[in-house]
Amino acid sequence: MPSSAEAPREGPRAVVAGHGGFAAGVISAVELISGRGEVFRGLSNAGLDSAALDAALREAVAAHRARVVFTDLPAGSCTIAARRLAREHAGLAVVTGANLSMLLDFALKGGDVPTAARRAAERGREAIVAFTAAEGGGAH
Amino acid sequence: MPIELYRIDDRLVHGQVVVGWGQPLQLGFIVLVDDAVAASEWEQELYRMGVPPEMEVRFESVASALEHLAEYEARADRGLLLTADVETMRKLVEGSRLIRAVNLGGVHHRPGRAARLRYVFLAPEEERALRALADRGIVVTAQDVPGATPVSLARVLAGAPE
Repeated sequence: MPSSAEAPREGPRAVVAGHGGFAAGVISAVELISGRGEVFRGLSNAGLDSAALDAALREAVAAHRARVVFTDLPAGSCTIAARRLAREHAGLAVVTGANLSMLLDFALKGGDVPTAARRAAERGREAIVAFTAAEGGGAH
Repeated sequence: MPIELYRIDDRLVHGQVVVGWGQPLQLGFIVLVDDAVAASEWEQELYRMGVPPEMEVRFESVASALEHLAEYEARADRGLLLTADVETMRKLVEGSRLIRAVNLGGVHHRPGRAARLRYVFLAPEEERALRALADRGIVVTAQDVPGATPVSLARVLAGAPE
C-alpha cells in the first residue's frame, strides 16, 4: 500500500547522516518495507569538510524539524557533526551505528524522543547476528 | 618511522582515518595538531570519542607539536599525524626536519579553491605552500584511502584524472 494511504504517524522525525550513499540507500529501504521513508531526511558527507558538514546538518535538522540524528559510523565525521549540533540543541538525540532494523523501529513506533531513540538503538543492536556454517547455522 | 603518515585532512578524526588507515597501518596513536582544538576541552572530547579505546589520541598546538615531535617519532608503536589544513602542515615542516612526506587526504571545496582531485580543492596560496614543501624535498602526494594509488603533487596541480 502506498505511503500516502497510511495513517498519519505521530512521533519525532529524524535525519540520517552517513558516508557516500548510505542515507539515501537505507531510507529507500525503509520506504520500500514500511512506506514511512518520509520520517527521515538523508544527508551525505561526500565532498564536505567539517564546517560544511556542520552547516548542512544544521540546515537538514531545521528543515525537517528533526529531533533525532542517526549516523553510520560512531567514529565518523557525521557523528562528530551531530554531537556538535546536539550541544546547541537541547533535546536533540544522536544514535550511531544506524541500520535498517533500527530505522524501521523508529519509523513505525514513534513515541517521545528519548524513548524512541533508545528503543531504536536497542532494536538495531538486536538485529546484528552472525550465523556460521561450522556451528550448524546457529546464531552467535 | 613511528609516524607513518603526516596527513592533511579537513575532517580530522573520521572514518577514513580511524578505520581506513588505522586498521591496515595498525595505528597505536593519532596526533591531532590544531590550535583551536588544542584550546578546547569540548572539541577534544568530541574527537576522542571517535577513536577506538585501543588507539591513543594526543592533541597538540603547532608549537607544542614541534616540541614533542621527536618523542612521537621515537615511540615503538605506529602513529598518524593530522592537520586540518595546508598552512598548519607547512608550519610543522618548516619547524622540524623530521617530516619527509606529506599526504593530502582531504581538502574539500570552499570558495576560492579550485578542484584538483575529487577530494582535493586548493586555493592559490595553498598550491604555493605545497610547491614550497616539495622544493624543500618533502614528498607530497594525494591519497584518500590506502587502496588508492598515490597521486604526485605535479599531477594533483595539473588536475590529473584519478
